[in-house]
Amino acid sequence: MSPEQPFPVAARAALSDSQLRHNLAHATGSIRAKRAAAVAELDDWEQLRAAGAALKERVLRHLGEHLLELEASVTRAGGVVHWARDAEECNRTVAELALDHGADEVVKVKSLTTEEIELNGGLARHGIRAVETDLAQLIIQLSDDRPSHVLVPAIHRNRTQIRDLFRERLDEAPADLSDDPEQLVAVARAHLRRLFLRARFGVSGANFAVAETGTVCVVESEGNGRMCTTLPDVLVTVMGIEKVIPEWRDLEVFLALLPRSSTAERMNPYTSLWTGVTAGDGPREFHLVLLDNGRSTVLADELGRQALRCIRCSACLNVCPVYERTGGHAYGSVYPGPIGAILAPQLTGLRQHRSLPFASSLCGACYEVCPVKIDIPSVLVHLRDRVVHAEQRPGVRAALDPERLAMRGLARVFASRRAYEAAQRAGRLGQGPFVSDGAIRRGPGPVGAWTGARDLPAVAPRSFREWWRSTRG
Amino acid sequence: MRVALFITCLNDTLFPQAGRAAVAVLERLGLQVEFPLEQTCCGQMHFNTGYAREAIPLVRRFADAFADAEVIVSPSASCVGMVRDAYPALARRSGDAGLVREVEEIVGRVLELCELLIDHVGVEDVGARFPHRVVYHPTCHSLRALALGDRPLRLLRAVGGIDLVTMPDADRCCGFGGTFAVKNADVSVAMLADKLRAVLDTGAEVVTAADSSCLMQIGGGLTRQRTGVRTMHLAEILAADGARA
Repeated sequence: MSPEQPFPVAARAALSDSQLRHNLAHATGSIRAKRAAAVAELDDWEQLRAAGAALKERVLRHLGEHLLELEASVTRAGGVVHWARDAEECNRTVAELALDHGADEVVKVKSLTTEEIELNGGLARHGIRAVETDLAQLIIQLSDDRPSHVLVPAIHRNRTQIRDLFRERLDEAPADLSDDPEQLVAVARAHLRRLFLRARFGVSGANFAVAETGTVCVVESEGNGRMCTTLPDVLVTVMGIEKVIPEWRDLEVFLALLPRSSTAERMNPYTSLWTGVTAGDGPREFHLVLLDNGRSTVLADELGRQALRCIRCSACLNVCPVYERTGGHAYGSVYPGPIGAILAPQLTGLRQHRSLPFASSLCGACYEVCPVKIDIPSVLVHLRDRVVHAEQRPGVRAALDPERLAMRGLARVFASRRAYEAAQRAGRLGQGPFVSDGAIRRGPGPVGAWTGARDLPAVAPRSFREWWRSTRG
Repeated sequence: MRVALFITCLNDTLFPQAGRAAVAVLERLGLQVEFPLEQTCCGQMHFNTGYAREAIPLVRRFADAFADAEVIVSPSASCVGMVRDAYPALARRSGDAGLVREVEEIVGRVLELCELLIDHVGVEDVGARFPHRVVYHPTCHSLRALALGDRPLRLLRAVGGIDLVTMPDADRCCGFGGTFAVKNADVSVAMLADKLRAVLDTGAEVVTAADSSCLMQIGGGLTRQRTGVRTMHLAEILAADGARA
């Protein structure tokens, strides 16, 4: 997914959507409170976070070894492992597998990774229809919309909007369908059961894959994922290479961290674990596609690579004051919110998402809740530095960039006491025409971005240092 | 105790009253205040906007200006956070081993005003009187970077005559965020709108905080909308003697 607009522009449209603002404020506000309560139940939450962070860091340091071990374990258990350098290679692999089995329809477990590589579109080009079976993801698919949240893709929609959609798009919806959640779910269930029972080919993502045993793990709330991973004859799992964990016992840490952080549950309702294939039970064929798609490049950035620890819990989205007001679409990426602002630009290269590292007030709420302790504010600042310095447009335009000129100029002012004090005096004189009652109410140039909705205090008649010198000097 | 005041460029230039108040509180408690005139800006704005390279000379400047200070105190949680969290890495990035050592040595001596008063001077009642309804906004940096906890509230509760009230969702960001307030002005203002609603619902006359920058955002909205609610730095309330401030 490529961003159509820079974040500040896309955000402006979202901010004016009062229905969206209301839906988001309600949804994120209630999940915030629930998460805080679920986490407060555990005395050793901080130790769990530290363990989760340490495990993931170790995985990233030895990623190659763990992946080879995973490949060996999956193969030993009767599965087939494929390696995909990028989205195109991955989509081709999955499409060819489906075509080999004569499947023109695949049922899907909700998966961010397959959203990242736009697998559905890739399959469609081969005449294969991908059906989303996660309720929220189905809502997104039926309305030709894009997900706006990592965990709750349709968080921007309320149940009345969903009722209208079902009435329009699903044959199973009665004409008098109400917006009662039970009725809505019953319609979705009737629709999906029909698809599950005829499905021959399933596609899933993975929350974790254990290198030691070759076991793949998917956690979910609805049970629809388990339908997809058990009913079809063939199952293909697409996973980012950073999802590998070394040992079975590591699940103990992550299965405690993930549900409490994401849905505020002690344990999620469905945890599916499968190891290769088992005769007479579940799919007869299992394929695991290991996807890079920019991840090994992220790994090379010493500070930035902690973004690869992410277990996609979405706690950072729910606490983010920016996300809460703009929703996910403004980010122009499958990965929105604070984690998206550091992950998306690193996965695609900064050029494609250069405004995202700046889409944060650096309030630090994300870091506080992250179950694997990703220091998102520090990575944001680091990526801002990379945007400004390393990957800038070369030439005259960059040299004349007004922000750069202003920042360099200010740096020179602050570098000398004399220049700094002169600037204070100059500011006091220069602001004259703009000041009324001690404040600037309509400032020129970039100051106007501030004064559009806020007064700006004028430079004081006597600076602190002038007062100090006159009273103590 | 001798303390060197790290005023911050924002207070020095736009909010000198916060600095004068900090001096008044410290001197009232018998501390000897110094003000190294060579200090300018800590470099937070440059660093947070992606201009780390441009911030490095300011790290050096800070280390030089405060080299002789025993204790460095500042009425700004975010600038103290900048020194504590970013200076060591910036010094390493400079490649100057001398600066790395100086910064290592200086960082532990930099305190935010509430930290100095509660943890080092050991005082909660600083002898202030301020008979007004006040709401405290815990700024993101005082809350998360410095973990000031309830220190500011303990100081405020001990103020004579104060009617201290709390606001809902106090820990939510006001939307300032340095250059974020300008680069993403619309989102910043949307965040501010909710903060103003929380403030106004309390019926407070005064909003206070440990950072003038966040107060500039909140106050900028309050005066633009002619709410009649004003902002005061925490130090100003602690310096108040009951006369109309």
